[in-house]
Amino acid sequence: MKVTADQNTCCGAGQCVLLAPEVFDQREEDGIVVLLDEKPPEHLRAAVREAADMCPAGAIAVHEDT
Amino acid sequence: MGEPMTITSNPAEDRAADSGILPFPMDRAAGCPFDPPPRLQAQQQEKPLVRVRLWDGSTPWLVTRHADQRALLGDPRVSADITRPGYPRSAPSNGRNNISFILMDDPEHARLRRMVTGSFAVKRVQAMRPAVQRIVDDQIDDMLAGPNPVDLVQAFALPVPSLVICELLGVPYDDHDFFQRNSSALVKQSLSVEERTAAHGALLGYLDDLMGEKLARPADDLLSSLATRVKDGELSREEAAQMGVLLLLAGHETTANMIALGTVALLEHPDQLALLRDADDPKVIAAAVEELLRYLNVTHSGRRRVALEDIEIAGEVIRAGEGIVLPNEIANRDPEVFTDPDHLDLERDARRHVAFGFGVHQCLGQPLARLELQVVYSTLYRRVPTLRLATEVEKLPYKHDGAVYGVYELPVAW
Repeated sequence: MKVTADQNTCCGAGQCVLLAPEVFDQREEDGIVVLLDEKPPEHLRAAVREAADMCPAGAIAVHEDT
Repeated sequence: MGEPMTITSNPAEDRAADSGILPFPMDRAAGCPFDPPPRLQAQQQEKPLVRVRLWDGSTPWLVTRHADQRALLGDPRVSADITRPGYPRSAPSNGRNNISFILMDDPEHARLRRMVTGSFAVKRVQAMRPAVQRIVDDQIDDMLAGPNPVDLVQAFALPVPSLVICELLGVPYDDHDFFQRNSSALVKQSLSVEERTAAHGALLGYLDDLMGEKLARPADDLLSSLATRVKDGELSREEAAQMGVLLLLAGHETTANMIALGTVALLEHPDQLALLRDADDPKVIAAAVEELLRYLNVTHSGRRRVALEDIEIAGEVIRAGEGIVLPNEIANRDPEVFTDPDHLDLERDARRHVAFGFGVHQCLGQPLARLELQVVYSTLYRRVPTLRLATEVEKLPYKHDGAVYGVYELPVAW
């Protein structure tokens, strides 16, 4: 799995940090997404998929391994 | 159309149903204070996109399904700009009640919103847990030391979120009578446009004065950080005061209603109350908060948008310039997403609810709301195990005329 997070689209609602704090964080100054781990390990992938689904701005994309 | 005639006891709704265009908002059924209006529920099953008639005669689209609401609220072809023609206004307005970026589009919206989102970031808010716990404990101490029975709204539900948002913004809590009264008036849609405009003007003037103080004597709070931006020319003083009004209003009014209405719902569902009271696992408490958000929907007047382009959805075409109304209380009862949706079940996974909205306008204060509700619900019923209504549930004054739903007062005893 490869994850991308678009900082231009992000609205800082924090859903991703709530669901997968090991993979996502927020910038101190404006709450915008910071991707901590673009290739999350197996046990975090379900939470990352949920974070992508729940992101209100559609800023998170998940590319499953091919 | 024989069957739907029996749905409500509201003759105006029944006549409108026959003529094909329903009025909006619709009435809740008597004796069902937690459920969406029956007409909304019927509409979700019959025709998920339909035109409704607003107070001004305009006929925007009503969207009832969870998936369609999410799709539209997340669609950049949809605008939240209240000044655009076709925007479905919820009440008359003289155009000056502009409460900042929630009624704007990007890039202006993002520019302003990003100035405050950092203060509501998940980890920053989680660090406030001990402070919020202390506020909740102190309020319960005060309540238990005072008269019994008491109005839980005034004794607890309003003070807790007001104290929290005051601390975060740097607003003196001593002014709470003033800002609570004017905030309450601003969201009360049965008041005249003059009365609501006066309430907004009073709040705006108050925040502008505070902004002046923060400019002169900056402190470690959110309003001071806005004052710094005013000084640096990033933000006008008026924009800063408008943002202050938005944050102060949204920071206490919604959460206060969740606390009071949540307490009514839990007292009416004693098995669920016991489950929450006996829970030690933070995950169980967090899940319960999501379910109460899904079930209660204090923001119940329908999110409002206007289409910027033609949008095909659910077998219809919303034309550019047409209004769209998206009530979260019906999306959150969509059986496609939530099994047995009218059932309050604190153990379900309710996280896909749209109580905070969806799209780039989704509530920026949601981490703070969650924290406050987790602390409140996990503390109040444990500290006051004999808490009960001091009136009959049917006699509670529900905020049918409020942009934010809840109860005006909640007499309780213990």
